[in-house]
Amino acid sequence: MSVTYRVAAALGEFRGAGAVVARNGRAARHGYAVVLSGIFEPVFYLLSIGVGIGAVVGGVTYGGSRVSYAEFVAPALLAASAMNGAVADSTFNVFWKLKYARVYDGMLATPLRPRAVAAGEIAWALLRGAGYATAFLLVLLVAGYVRSWWAVLAVPAATLIGLAFAGAGMAATTFMRSWQDFDLVNLVVFPLLLLSTTFYPLSTYPAAFGVLVQLTPLYHGVELERALVLGTADASLIVHVLYLLALGAAGLLLAGRRLERLLLS
Amino acid sequence: MSTPTVELGDPARSLAAFEYWLRAYRRTWRSSAVTAFVMPVLFLGAFGLGLGSLVDAEGQGIGGVPYLEFVAPGILAASAMQSAFSESTWPILSSKKMNGHYFAQAGSPLTVPDIVSGQLLFILFRLSLGAVAFTVVGALFGAFASPWVALAVPIAVLTGLAHVTPLLAFSITRDSDAAFPMLIRFVMVPLYLFAGTFFPVSQLPAVVEFLAWLTPLWHGTQLCRDIATGDAPVLAPLGHVAYLVAWVVGGYVLAVRSYRKVLHA
Repeated sequence: MSVTYRVAAALGEFRGAGAVVARNGRAARHGYAVVLSGIFEPVFYLLSIGVGIGAVVGGVTYGGSRVSYAEFVAPALLAASAMNGAVADSTFNVFWKLKYARVYDGMLATPLRPRAVAAGEIAWALLRGAGYATAFLLVLLVAGYVRSWWAVLAVPAATLIGLAFAGAGMAATTFMRSWQDFDLVNLVVFPLLLLSTTFYPLSTYPAAFGVLVQLTPLYHGVELERALVLGTADASLIVHVLYLLALGAAGLLLAGRRLERLLLS
Repeated sequence: MSTPTVELGDPARSLAAFEYWLRAYRRTWRSSAVTAFVMPVLFLGAFGLGLGSLVDAEGQGIGGVPYLEFVAPGILAASAMQSAFSESTWPILSSKKMNGHYFAQAGSPLTVPDIVSGQLLFILFRLSLGAVAFTVVGALFGAFASPWVALAVPIAVLTGLAHVTPLLAFSITRDSDAAFPMLIRFVMVPLYLFAGTFFPVSQLPAVVEFLAWLTPLWHGTQLCRDIATGDAPVLAPLGHVAYLVAWVVGGYVLAVRSYRKVLHA
């Protein structure tokens, strides 16, 4: 009885998250050009890297076979853009709404609880991210960079990466004091983008540094996408999935607790 | 329409406006100083050493130049361009809309050319800090073959300014930041990726290569690279510099005109 009651009460905290998603959807109609243009960024990177850097690099040995440089980088860009989108949504946007637009104060004046607000925000960010990932995957398919049917899992995987970074980003945002603190976000995201085997294989790094790289979250996202798109999937993917799930869950728990304190005190 | 004239600010009054921005900067310089040194380390490590090891393994670098030495001067110029975008978009809008600094200045003995020149001096100062930091870090990495690289610093700053003045003319006319993300996505990122920073533009399709030649960034990048690798031809540099100066001056004339419209409306 009491366990059932507690579970029901805990789940009840999330009631109405759908309304937050619907609200964001309506708000986005004013800036749909910006939302739609998000797809171009990874495509520009792919063109620059495929046409330009690819020509000077040649190919890369990955998973025992030789792939072109563009094929090597493309799945990593899918993972990186999932990270970038989730971080931008869960830091800049959330901070703006929290401190300036006071959107959350308005929401909490309704029957919505802080956990429902947090869950709705994240669900919206993930929906957007899944849209970008689908479009980018289609670009890769047309370009002939998709080597395996496993690639159908590339979009869910991008959503998982989004979840991990949205959780972490939102938790971090609850600690921010001013816009100056966002320099720190860039200081974390940018090295992750550059160093998570995005642009060259793990074997390029000195051994000790390689171990460090393997501890970072985007590395797991990149390897996951690469294995799915290039068709080198094996049991080790479970490690990547568990890592990203754990990061997402930890971030969300912390963010929920902090938001409750910030908004309802 | 009046014929375009270059109305420079009065030196003493422009310096007073510059001093104002400098005093405001005392509150935030720490985080930007950290970024100024950390970012080049990351960039040179990731692209110069990491990607460079792939490029150099395939052949003899690019045209006989090791990739690190090829890419470092390119990133020097491109970073100045990037700073130009971040310093001449949102901060300009917030001085106009959020805190009204410009209107306060316009109510003082400062004339419009003084205000524009003062703003320009401050951005010039910011770009110089970035270029010097990058060059020092790059030298520690052994990224520059020639000590003449010191001359590449003013060239990089000039490249940045070629973007600053037209951006000032545009940003001051805005009433919201809606256009800025699009500007970043469709102007800054493509410039960054396709104007010769990471690979020679001769690898691009002929039409795109021609477009790249029109960009000030390509001229800045070429010049920085020629200087840093130590084999500058004699006549071409004058052409590059003249082209960059034309952008700075043209943009300045437009900026004074735009500022006047907004501040004396």
